[in-house]
Amino acid sequence: MVNKRPCYCYLFPFGLGHSGVHNPLEAGQSPADLQQIGALAVNPLGDRIVDSFFPDGNHRVDFPGFVRVLAHFRPVDEEDPGMRDPKQPEPLNSRTNKLRFAFQLYDLDRDGKISRQEMLQVLRLMVGVQVTEEQLESIADRTVQEADEDGDGAVSFLEFTKSLEKMNIEQKMSIRVLK
Amino acid sequence: MPPHRGPLWALLVVLVLVLPWAGAIEEEQGGASQGFQIVTFKWHHVQDPYIIALWILVASLAKIVFHLSHKVTSIVPESVLLIMLGLVLGGIVWAADHIASFTLTPTVFFYYLLPPIVLDAGYFMPNRLFFGNLGTILLYAVIGTVWNAATTGLSLYGVFRSGLMGDLQSGLLDFLLFGSLIAAVDPVAVLAVFEEVHVNEVLFIIVFGESLLNDAVTVVLCSVFESFVTLGGDKVTGVDCVKGIVSFFVVSLGGTLVGVVFAFLLSLVTRFTKHVRIIEPGFVFIISYLSYLTSEMLSLSAILAITFCGICCQKYVKANISEQSATTVRYTMKMLASAAETIIFMFLGISAVDPLIWTWNTAFVLLTLLFISVYRAIGVILQTWILNRYRMVQLETIDQVVMSYGGLRGAVAYALVVLLDKKKVKEKNLFVSTTLIVVFFTVIFQGLTIKPLVQWLKVKRSEQREPKLNEKLHGRAFDHILSAIEDISGQIGHNYLRDKWSNFDRKVLSKILMRRSAQKSRDRILNVFHELNLKDAISYVAEGERRGSLAFIRSPSTDNMVNVDFSTPRPSTVEASVSYLLRENVSAVCLDMQSLEQRRRSIRDTEDMVTHHTLQQYLYKPRQEYKHLYSRHKLTPNETEKQDKEIFHRTMRKRLESFKSAKLGMNQNKKAAKLYKRERAQKRRNSSIPNGKLPMESPVHNFAIKEKDLEFSDPEEAPDYEVEESTGGIEFLVKVTKDTASDSPAGIENPVFSPDEDLDPSILDRVPPWLSPGETVVPSQRARVQIPQSPSNFRHLAPFHLSSKSVDSFLMADSSKERTHILPESTHM
Repeated sequence: MVNKRPCYCYLFPFGLGHSGVHNPLEAGQSPADLQQIGALAVNPLGDRIVDSFFPDGNHRVDFPGFVRVLAHFRPVDEEDPGMRDPKQPEPLNSRTNKLRFAFQLYDLDRDGKISRQEMLQVLRLMVGVQVTEEQLESIADRTVQEADEDGDGAVSFLEFTKSLEKMNIEQKMSIRVLK
Repeated sequence: MPPHRGPLWALLVVLVLVLPWAGAIEEEQGGASQGFQIVTFKWHHVQDPYIIALWILVASLAKIVFHLSHKVTSIVPESVLLIMLGLVLGGIVWAADHIASFTLTPTVFFYYLLPPIVLDAGYFMPNRLFFGNLGTILLYAVIGTVWNAATTGLSLYGVFRSGLMGDLQSGLLDFLLFGSLIAAVDPVAVLAVFEEVHVNEVLFIIVFGESLLNDAVTVVLCSVFESFVTLGGDKVTGVDCVKGIVSFFVVSLGGTLVGVVFAFLLSLVTRFTKHVRIIEPGFVFIISYLSYLTSEMLSLSAILAITFCGICCQKYVKANISEQSATTVRYTMKMLASAAETIIFMFLGISAVDPLIWTWNTAFVLLTLLFISVYRAIGVILQTWILNRYRMVQLETIDQVVMSYGGLRGAVAYALVVLLDKKKVKEKNLFVSTTLIVVFFTVIFQGLTIKPLVQWLKVKRSEQREPKLNEKLHGRAFDHILSAIEDISGQIGHNYLRDKWSNFDRKVLSKILMRRSAQKSRDRILNVFHELNLKDAISYVAEGERRGSLAFIRSPSTDNMVNVDFSTPRPSTVEASVSYLLRENVSAVCLDMQSLEQRRRSIRDTEDMVTHHTLQQYLYKPRQEYKHLYSRHKLTPNETEKQDKEIFHRTMRKRLESFKSAKLGMNQNKKAAKLYKRERAQKRRNSSIPNGKLPMESPVHNFAIKEKDLEFSDPEEAPDYEVEESTGGIEFLVKVTKDTASDSPAGIENPVFSPDEDLDPSILDRVPPWLSPGETVVPSQRARVQIPQSPSNFRHLAPFHLSSKSVDSFLMADSSKERTHILPESTHM
């Protein structure tokens, strides 16, 4: 999984955990390090993405963890999927895992479903301030309705995948340089 | 047409009719002395400058007249209209005099008309984008042009040999010469057409950069082949070919070097112009022009020289000269470039009406047209295929179509062909007329059709099926995610180089070339502050005028909220900002055709329509979509600062809240501003901060402050922060930029590579070292932040202060009037 390690070394500099604290136990990056990246502050989903580097409430991410997140964005290998050993776990950059990454950005409480509330929160992030609350709620309602198949008012991962089956995820969520 | 336009038309017509006779006017023959004449008609004294001035006047008036009809200019690019006008004028002159008295002479073109355009291009070049795509640009410029030239020349020669062209007195070398001068994409034409078609930034910079850089190739090829033709085809040896290749490197690198040297000179000069502010703009133009002429004198590539002069001097000149001088330079440059472009196109039209050069050879002309189009397309496809393996941002099919279709030939080719020696190249007339036809064809036909073509392609691509709500929303989310990951990961190789360059620039170059005061204080922050305040003030007044009173400023109620009616596709515009958004969406050739398509097709469910509309209009745009960088006719860059501001404030507020909840009960005490001010004066750019960041665990400060450059053209400049003083207390001033995507070298501001502060946009961590950890500083007022409910309210937040050490308070930039309308926000303080 971590097979392009040398080039990632450039990617993992920001302070390299040396933010003044030479505490070996706390090596790695903290959320604030990532938040310093200027462009993220004007990205609507910036904070959530930063948080996605720190799963399970950790306050530090170490190098393998960092790479693990980035690995989601590798372009999909073009090899014939049939050749792959089915017993091995799917590679991180498969379509399913890319979608799962995105899903986890929405699903903050990790219950495996995107509730209407969570959808509303994401919408609020991504839409300009001119939109009223009612409009937002109606959009959120319709979005959930569109994807929801079993009628439980929330979008599970499978439903999420199904609603995006026609989208070219492999290209939309890949960074070339990570090949 | 409306009556008030009548006089304009009349004036134009009069001028048009007068001009042809101007050249033929003869002075009165005052043979016998008639005594003292009170008033004499001294035409010959003023003839030359008068005619020049008249032409410029006619060209400019024509521009006005064209823009009177918005419908026409939205379909037909200006260049086309100008060429038509030129043809008409040429026809009139010809009909009147039977001589072609006005033509576009190469001297005038190369020495007076072309430099302003290229300088304008270089000075406003988005550097980061340019150098980021330099490899691609070079590949297209060099290999692409050579490919075009070789294939076109050889094919024409092949057809000639097959006898289809009839009897021409040309040999292989003549055809190769012709191929080389017809192969080059022309910067003037490209710019003129791409003004109308808004393509994404990468595509634009590639085509534009290619058109600029291929000058070296064209110059070399033309001179090489011309000397070969002079020698005679048989005497060309291998040594000569090798010399040709060597000369390419010499010409291109030499030209670049000349440009860089003059840029250095210019920056150095402007460093010392503090007391002669009024002539500062003059220096910019004179020295750049000198670089052009010097390079031309040394037979190096003059276009490259002036381009790189503009590119390299941008940053320092802008830092050194005063604000007014900068504005003067900008406007003058745009004016000169615009005027030059107008004249060029008009004269292209006029020069065509010269029957002396009209030679027609069906096969030659048609085949030339065919070959240049086909070979360009093939070349583009091949090169793109190679490039896509190495590029991070892929070039898609539609990009390739635009690239091959947008490869316009223009005045440069015409000027080069006119320069040919008739004695050596026997078929010069044929070449000239073919070149003219090619230029007209590409500019007129391709210029006219490129917009509809792009629209059609975009529609076709997205018209597969109607995207569902989910897809739209999530698709947009993915774009944002990808942008964020790109920023986090950065581009590896480019970042490294960029960092190294920034280092070198800061340590060495800026010290030499930039004025001390510019280095120290980096006025940009203050400028932004002032500018934002100014904008706010202006917008208040405007809003007040609209509403009849300024009382709205004080009421933060929901009256300020935009009340937009969504049941119609075109909501009534209540606030300027909404119409702004809509205008932005609709007026430009928005390459996102989905919105337009859906508006056309009636969707069954109105609610569906409403939600789709809302999403479409109000979803934040991802980075790639909204930037439109270089514009010949407009000076203000993009208008998406609103979106950036909103997101930025939201993010900041969230982070602040999270920090607030983390650290309760922080002590606040007032800090003497005077102490701070004194310290600030001593602050140097490379302050003695030990490492890039101060300990995050320090309890007194936390959240990072993002800071961006205001000018998009110099993102290499390390985003600096300025600790600014205001009404009591220390605040860090946060700058919001107009163009955020170009701010940080997309990626981690890397303290490893540059341990100094500048590359790291986080200011907050940099507590000024003269403040010992014990002191805490806080603004004297505790202002609450108001959740922006509408853009007009939002703008109040624009000058956004964050205290360095306080926990929870924001301070409004301006004083009293702001505080009255601030809503209380719950706080634990």
